Amino acid sequence: MAKQVYYEDVEEGMEIPSLAKDVTTQQLVKWAGASGDYYQIHYDKDFAQATGLPGVIVHGRLKSSFLGQLLSDWVGEEGTVKKVSVQHRGMDFPGEQMTCKGKVTKKHVQDGEHIVELEIWTENPKGERNAPGSAVVALPSRG
Amino acid sequence: MAEQINLDEMKKAIGTQSEPSTIEIEKGMIRKFAEAIEDPNPLWQDEQHAKKARHGGIVAPPGLLMAVMMVGQGSPMPFRPPMPRILDGGGEWEYFKPIRPGDVLTVAGKLFDIREREGRMGKMLFIVSETTWTNQKGELVARALGTLINY
Repeated sequence: MAKQVYYEDVEEGMEIPSLAKDVTTQQLVKWAGASGDYYQIHYDKDFAQATGLPGVIVHGRLKSSFLGQLLSDWVGEEGTVKKVSVQHRGMDFPGEQMTCKGKVTKKHVQDGEHIVELEIWTENPKGERNAPGSAVVALPSRG
Repeated sequence: MAEQINLDEMKKAIGTQSEPSTIEIEKGMIRKFAEAIEDPNPLWQDEQHAKKARHGGIVAPPGLLMAVMMVGQGSPMPFRPPMPRILDGGGEWEYFKPIRPGDVLTVAGKLFDIREREGRMGKMLFIVSETTWTNQKGELVARALGTLINY
């Protein structure tokens, strides 16, 4: 675990450490088992192609969960993730590396909590952001 | 797709609530989830370690509530989606209290909104459902809005 980040360390516009994920078909099967989402477009290539897709695709909610991990890694043991919002704009495929990224858009103190707002997204090897979103976290303060 | 869609008829269903269900949060469930997304954070698995952190014990990672069937999902839909294909359009999860092993959560769903939009592939319906999770102490733990795209 990286060392704890504090509210005072954060500036608007700064990027947070990214999280790289090598998504494999095996991981899609593990996600299907853990989440209970057995829709065949995520593990049966023939089925996926019959519905008009180029192949099996990564579950949108697996991508959202990766973004959750990006945030919980960043806020550390003394911070909390308060809100995560993700839109599924495009498809991602197993075998391609996915990088989860985030950028601070705003910081403010509200009801005694040190709140940081972020823009978050996943990026495929072509640089496409197929799962963009936003987040709100609370960080500890040195004050 | 010459499907006749009666949006007004479907919109009448907005506000329909599902029968609440309960789920018990277990350490094994949290571990299985963390393993599936390959998240090694000790806060989700290591009691000794988690004790010293902010929440004072193992908690669920934010993604757990995104694993729909694992944590229950209220998506009451008193009609069949009129178009042939469904995509998960995304969602929004708001967390109010930590979720801990041993918690018994009541899951309630509500049909929140239905919108229609003309897309590249013709008419698309955006069906939004709200899910809330309340713990055994009666505290609202989290709220989510999930969007299904029917096209």
